[in-house]
Amino acid sequence: MYSTQPILLMKAKFLILTAMLFAGAAHAALNVVATISDFGAIAEEIGADKIKVTTICKGTEDAHFVSARPGFIRLLNQADVLLEGGADLEAGWLPTLVNGARNQKIQSEAPGRVLLSRGITLLEVPTGPIDRSMGDVHPFGNPHFWLDPANGKIMANNLAEAFSRLDPSNARSYDRNRQKFNERLERKLNEWAKLMEPYRGTKVVTYHKSFDYLLARFGLELAGTIEPKPGIEPGAAYVKLLISRLKVEGVKLILIEPYRPRKTPEYVAQASGGKIVIVPERVGGHEKAKDFFGLFEYDLAQIAAALKETK
Amino acid sequence: MKNLNLSCLMIIISLASSRLQAAKGPDLQALKRELQELRERTDELQRKIEQYESKTSTQPQPQPLPRPAVVDVPKQTPATAGATNVVARPWSPTDPIRLLGTQRNYLNLSFDALVAAGTSTADDIQSLQLGGHDPNQRGFTVQNLETTLDGKVDPYFRGQANIILQIDPEGETALEAEEAYLETLSLPWNLQVRAGHFFTEFGRLNPTHPHLWDFVDQPLINGRLFGADGLRNPGARLSWLVPTPFYSELFLAVQNSQGETSQSFRNSHEDEPYLGRLHDTGRVRSVNDVLFAPRYAASFNLSDSQTLLMGASAAFGPNGSGRDADTQIYGVDLFWKWKPVNHHGGFPFVSWQSEAMLRRFKADAFDWDLDGDSALNPDGSEQDLNGDGIPDLLPNEILSDYGFYSQLAYGFRKGWVAGLRGDWVSSDAARYERLFGRDADRAQRWRVAPNLTWYPSEFSKIRLQYNFDRRRSIGDDHSVWLQLEFLLGSHAAHKF
Repeated sequence: MYSTQPILLMKAKFLILTAMLFAGAAHAALNVVATISDFGAIAEEIGADKIKVTTICKGTEDAHFVSARPGFIRLLNQADVLLEGGADLEAGWLPTLVNGARNQKIQSEAPGRVLLSRGITLLEVPTGPIDRSMGDVHPFGNPHFWLDPANGKIMANNLAEAFSRLDPSNARSYDRNRQKFNERLERKLNEWAKLMEPYRGTKVVTYHKSFDYLLARFGLELAGTIEPKPGIEPGAAYVKLLISRLKVEGVKLILIEPYRPRKTPEYVAQASGGKIVIVPERVGGHEKAKDFFGLFEYDLAQIAAALKETK
Repeated sequence: MKNLNLSCLMIIISLASSRLQAAKGPDLQALKRELQELRERTDELQRKIEQYESKTSTQPQPQPLPRPAVVDVPKQTPATAGATNVVARPWSPTDPIRLLGTQRNYLNLSFDALVAAGTSTADDIQSLQLGGHDPNQRGFTVQNLETTLDGKVDPYFRGQANIILQIDPEGETALEAEEAYLETLSLPWNLQVRAGHFFTEFGRLNPTHPHLWDFVDQPLINGRLFGADGLRNPGARLSWLVPTPFYSELFLAVQNSQGETSQSFRNSHEDEPYLGRLHDTGRVRSVNDVLFAPRYAASFNLSDSQTLLMGASAAFGPNGSGRDADTQIYGVDLFWKWKPVNHHGGFPFVSWQSEAMLRRFKADAFDWDLDGDSALNPDGSEQDLNGDGIPDLLPNEILSDYGFYSQLAYGFRKGWVAGLRGDWVSSDAARYERLFGRDADRAQRWRVAPNLTWYPSEFSKIRLQYNFDRRRSIGDDHSVWLQLEFLLGSHAAHKF
């Protein structure tokens, strides 16, 4: 009489333990590979402990010119999910990696291949004829779309949908995290809008056309770029013209990513009486831009402070 | 009308979801599925409406999601990226044909032109320069006009073809099918098959096209062992991505061993003497008459900014010197690259690439008495180098040839790369050379080549290179080459 109960209990415990083990094996964390850290950062918010995220392109480097290091082939070979921006953002390096990875889960159109630009309204989609004398114009529009924080919602929805499809047993968790993320983002959007409100209509200069989405979101105007054309380095004549234009239009803020050369922007700032603000374009580009919200907190605080100073 | 449909659907969905909250037990899964289907249908309808509206009306574009009221975003056009929201205007014949993107084409098309101008102190520039795409005359050389076609064939294969046009020193235009192959997209067990006509995966330089080279000409060791056009032939290749924690891949190619693009194998050398004897392409008699080329490559990320890629390759196959003659080529290669984590447009960087190769050419005995009459032909087609009045008899022997190149490239600012390459090739003196004297195709020679390249964009480059050549028993030569490249059309992603 006394001995049966502990045995039953032990059996039950054993059963529960084995069940947990099997459940653990069956629902091992989704192995997610993100092309850029921003997609990875939102994925982490949505997937939390149910996924494992690795990023190919570092937050500190130029996303158009990532080396197709062979190690990434092995990384993609083991991936359950590949998060890409599309719109030719990764065209220079992703196709060879995916081709080498020979992983059915992430081939184009596979459920594990998630296009983050889906549903996002891209800016600067060329409407007239384009050719390469205009520089490296992106035929699908400006691919730096993650810099509009409001696009975070669309990306979060895409990710929650994709993760739920691939891992239905955790669908509720993904959906809960998505809601939490979107609510927090909504609050933050209002906060940021208030922070930037006094500077609406202010003209700024950037190096490449990488901050256009951020500017559009907060009503800042792009007065020009240090590059004469996308991907083309500036020459002396162009810089002279740019300086005189900035003087006439009273443009005071030059926004550049940490990896850009400083010489020309510094010269332009000096000659036009402006100020350079170095802000990361992606998560991980600065030690304070650790996650999705951190990136915008840091960038907007820097921009607002500089605008206040130059006003 | 459609908006009405949509609102109806919305109501159904909200009803469904309230039912869902109330439901318990096995019904739940079914309801979830139903809900998911309904959602998908709504999305589908929404997309259709968006497409319809953007085509027919001038009213403002629908926003994908409500945005905060305090902010309004100016000037927006509908996204064209992504599979689901393509809003395309039908193409009209007056539109330019665009081949810029890589997402909407069944075929990516590009054209790449490499031309060079320069001069050399050598009188025999065509034997000084071993590559078929090297600058090979004083004045101008059209090195390589390459049309590349590639794309996904179907859900199973990717295809690529490289068609080359060349203009030789006589002004004759030659057409060459350099590569044309298909490759599987997702075989199981980490396997990939390539089949067709392709460059053998031997070392780093052989499988790449001239427009990717860091110098205007190919390394001397590649020229000696693989000939002017590199080692390539029809065949098939299997590769296996090894499940190691780092990248490592095993390749095995089986290719034809005969023809002009297999210099060290069954090549007739256009009936000119090579290695002291005449060669015959022969026929495929058994499986031993094809070329086998295994390769193993491994790569390590030494740090966030440093990558190392190493490989060992071999090629085995019969050669044209006789019935049981065969060739073995072995090679090791190393590529190291430093690119800081805060690069701008891929610059700065430093890369170091080196390859060393050894060939063991088992040459069959050869009798220069071609007509079997034990006497010299009056037309001089039979060799008598020892001067004994009867045609020479060459013994069978193993000929060892070897060499290496090592090159450094330093991208010191965006668009600017300085390079330096050292080349050295040599061989063990052979018995046939006691008669013939040291064979110019085997004698020791070396080259040092500094260069400077400017890339105005990713689609063009201008390169200035100086070559110092020292050839044993021929002497020293100086050459200067200026190379120009332009690329039209789609720009395929580069391998590491």
